[in-house]
Amino acid sequence: MAVETKPAGAVADHKEMLISGSEACAEALTLADLDVVTAYPIRPYDTVMQAIAKKIANGHLEAEYIVAEGEHSQFEIVKHASTVGARVFCGSSGVGWMYAMECLTVTPPLRVPMVCMVGNRALDDPGAFGVEHNDALVVRDLGWLLIWVDTAQEMLDTTLLAYRIAEDRRVFLPIAISADGAFLTHSQTICQVPSRALVDKFLPRYDRGDLLLHPDNPITVAPQANEDWVIEIRRQNDEAMKRATAVIDEAYADFRKVMGRGPENPWFEEYMTEDAEIILIGMGTISLPMKVGIRNMRAQGKKVGLIRPRWFRPFPTERLVKALSKASAIGVIDRDYSFGSPFNSGVVANEIRAAMYNADKRPPLLSFICGLGGREVTLEDVAKAADMCYAAAKAGKSDPKTHWLGVRE
Amino acid sequence: MADTAFTNATQILEPFKGVKKVTIEEYFTSGHRTCQGCESALVMKLMVKAAGPRTIVLGSTGCMYVANTTYYTTPWVVPWMHTQLGSSGSAALGTAAGLKALMKKGKMKSEPINVIAFCGDGGGADMGLGAISATLTHKEYNSLILLYDNESYANTDIQLSGSTPYGANTTFSPPGSVKRLIHTRWKKNTAGMLAAGHTECRYVATVCASYAVEMMNKVRKALTIGGPTFIHSLDPCPKGWDYDPMLSHELGELAVETGIFPLYEVENGVVRHYGKTKAIVEGRPRKPVREYLLKQGRFAHFTEEDLGYFQSKVDEMWDKWEIPGVIPFWKERPGAK
Repeated sequence: MAVETKPAGAVADHKEMLISGSEACAEALTLADLDVVTAYPIRPYDTVMQAIAKKIANGHLEAEYIVAEGEHSQFEIVKHASTVGARVFCGSSGVGWMYAMECLTVTPPLRVPMVCMVGNRALDDPGAFGVEHNDALVVRDLGWLLIWVDTAQEMLDTTLLAYRIAEDRRVFLPIAISADGAFLTHSQTICQVPSRALVDKFLPRYDRGDLLLHPDNPITVAPQANEDWVIEIRRQNDEAMKRATAVIDEAYADFRKVMGRGPENPWFEEYMTEDAEIILIGMGTISLPMKVGIRNMRAQGKKVGLIRPRWFRPFPTERLVKALSKASAIGVIDRDYSFGSPFNSGVVANEIRAAMYNADKRPPLLSFICGLGGREVTLEDVAKAADMCYAAAKAGKSDPKTHWLGVRE
Repeated sequence: MADTAFTNATQILEPFKGVKKVTIEEYFTSGHRTCQGCESALVMKLMVKAAGPRTIVLGSTGCMYVANTTYYTTPWVVPWMHTQLGSSGSAALGTAAGLKALMKKGKMKSEPINVIAFCGDGGGADMGLGAISATLTHKEYNSLILLYDNESYANTDIQLSGSTPYGANTTFSPPGSVKRLIHTRWKKNTAGMLAAGHTECRYVATVCASYAVEMMNKVRKALTIGGPTFIHSLDPCPKGWDYDPMLSHELGELAVETGIFPLYEVENGVVRHYGKTKAIVEGRPRKPVREYLLKQGRFAHFTEEDLGYFQSKVDEMWDKWEIPGVIPFWKERPGAK
């Protein structure tokens, strides 16, 4: 349950609230004056729909709230609502996201700026409610913008930013905001919630323009194009994804200006990287044990830092390469797997390997898999990864083999 | 925020009083490339003619997507959008919900806009049945789902669907030297099932374009009555059924006259039989099913035994069903074992 706290520490034109990641998302959706939302139950993302339902029941939000009969319909309903000009929200977790897979593939080429929350969850089978990132990652090649957030505050801010970015005519692509199941969806922290006036200043109305499906604009959408035009249409998607980079920079700059807060670097968080010899990388709430582990190692004189990527699509290749080139070794901790991939690594490790390929300076890179199915990532896991990175730095090269941490062998 | 002028009203579309009173304007015109004798193309044309210009049409994957909307040559005069094979229900619901939200909140001019989503039998009676069912329970959103039933996945090479008649030859059920019949399932009673299972859906009807004015008037009634509605159209298909394209209308008539495809509507729970079907209910004899079946190559492998079985199943529908041709189940008869 959302609890409003004393406004003592609030930023100007903000109020403070003690809320979970899912509740933070619902606060942002209310401020964004959402028009149509579809729900279907699956843990852990469904807490956001529970929060929205309460908002609607209490009259804080006026939106068409539809409980669908499955995720496929859930995503199709909002896709169509968006084409007639409605601001829409949807979401899922794990195999629920997979059930909607067909709809996830059609949304980007239709240029539907849907915003979704993925409460990251291990895929069946076997059953597990805990976090893995493979669910959201399956759409990484399809034209979705993907971002991983770490705190309830970041969830709230990113939801507002996501509408601004997705609905920018230069982009018009869907965005999935990933939140680690349980660790973020269900954990409450104190958040700065901006006033509606601030949000109205930051977030313009959704204008579908000449793509609006309406009797006054009788267009035919998504005809049968075949080999005559498909490659050109794919190219348009590619251009939109490339344009998104500048739009993201612009949106965050404007967010900071309007809200008086927000990250300088939209793309990734850097923690103690300034003098770091070893840079560890991890997405989402894994940053917490990593940060504590890094502080412990710093106390022992080990110069370890963290980069926590936010945006995964578009991938911040140049910025990340620049930030990583100064390290003596890099350790990527994936909370996902990619069976049979190069070096049997996780997805993030191989993306970074690919990004570094043309870099002038390529520090040794170690790949780790840890915390699958929501298993706790321990300080020992983090320390072990850092120590192995130190050994690679000393040797000047890395064994490309992937290391599983905290797994019973 | 809320615009008090918004009433969720529908367009009032009075029935056409005879073929000479039908409006002249077309909203589905040249540009499509359907087969000669395609009844489904005619259904599209009549459907949107009946609906008029303030209409949005959503089309799920199937013949009427692939053959109709080649890039740059759309036949649709009204706004049209593709939806996924199993998504006609979701497309209707989402479009209606989007319009409603925007009009209610004063973000779009408030006016009744028809929302029609169509699907083939594969998209409607098979894959999309769940989504259609869900949409028919959302009584606050005005839309029509029209199922054009050509009794196979005709666009992908004539594969059997849950709506393909018993025994028919399709590319997934070819008669062979050892097994004569591969497809031995009886066709789903889609309209009856949807009418029976969705008690707040105000209108479910069956149509056949052989009876064009009746068909258009059912579309107009479905759009006027409000809430989610459903129409099932039987569309003879020269390619899938294997007959001379000039016989499309005649086969539609025969499907009705043999009692295989009854024409009816369920309006606010009241069942009304139409035309030749009404005559059958009132005692006029049905034509034997062989007159219909043997005009089609897809039944050319039928033996007398197959024809007899088919006839017995149709007889059962008329002699035993609780509501003939609409709702199956029959009460136990005294003395029966």
